[in-house]
Amino acid sequence: MSTETQTPTGDGESMSEAELEARIAELEEKVAGLETEVGDDQKKMTIVATKGSFDMAYPPLILASTAAAFGWEVIVFHTFWGLDILHEEKSKKLKLSAVGNPNMPLPNALAALPGMDSMATRMMQKRIDENGTATIEELIDVSLESGVELQACQMTVELMEYDEDDFYDGVTTGVGAATALQHMAESDVQLLI
Amino acid sequence: MSSKPTATETLDVKGQSCPMPIVKTKQAIDDLEEGDVLEVLATDSGSMSDIQGWADGTDGVELLEQVEEGDLYTHYVEKTA
Repeated sequence: MSTETQTPTGDGESMSEAELEARIAELEEKVAGLETEVGDDQKKMTIVATKGSFDMAYPPLILASTAAAFGWEVIVFHTFWGLDILHEEKSKKLKLSAVGNPNMPLPNALAALPGMDSMATRMMQKRIDENGTATIEELIDVSLESGVELQACQMTVELMEYDEDDFYDGVTTGVGAATALQHMAESDVQLLI
Repeated sequence: MSSKPTATETLDVKGQSCPMPIVKTKQAIDDLEEGDVLEVLATDSGSMSDIQGWADGTDGVELLEQVEEGDLYTHYVEKTA
């Protein structure tokens, strides 16, 4: 028998094959169960929006609304200046900085003069209108319509002395870093913008 | 050259740019029935790649055809589930 350790007997072989099949069936069932638990392949994305300049308001909203079109569950956590994107009044007056942007067609010394930020913003706004790019308000509306959760960081709300009524209808308030982290841990995509 | 699929509904997003063609296509598809075909008229050249990527990554839709005629990009998307 000792010479046959590499080749099991006919009986042993059929036994282990049956056992193997049973094990495979058991594992397949387990995997199927896990897939249902995860909810097939529904993806989750968490974006942390920290910037409130005119140009930086766009990327989080564009990505969020597009991801929602893919059927993803999307949360955008707005903190510090990023909170101004959700502020109904301030979101319509976001400015582009003319200073510190090497792509601006004017030197920093001139860009720092009064009124330059407004001028740069007007130029950008004109381009956006001509290009058929959506406004920030349109992107917020479409994001909320498609089920994106736009969250306002509670600490920043208090820091900036904002009121809950200052935000667009549908914005989630009363959330903090712990909530954001919890969503990030469950997400397939996490972005800090 | 295959002939154009027959559309049930038409969505006009001409003049609109990213992400609106995708977002509005998704909304229009949601309002359709299984087996319906949505025709999307767009002028955004990025919509060629975007609609394809969206259809690949989204359950229940199939991209049947994309036609480029000058500045007009026409997409045919079927709701399959």
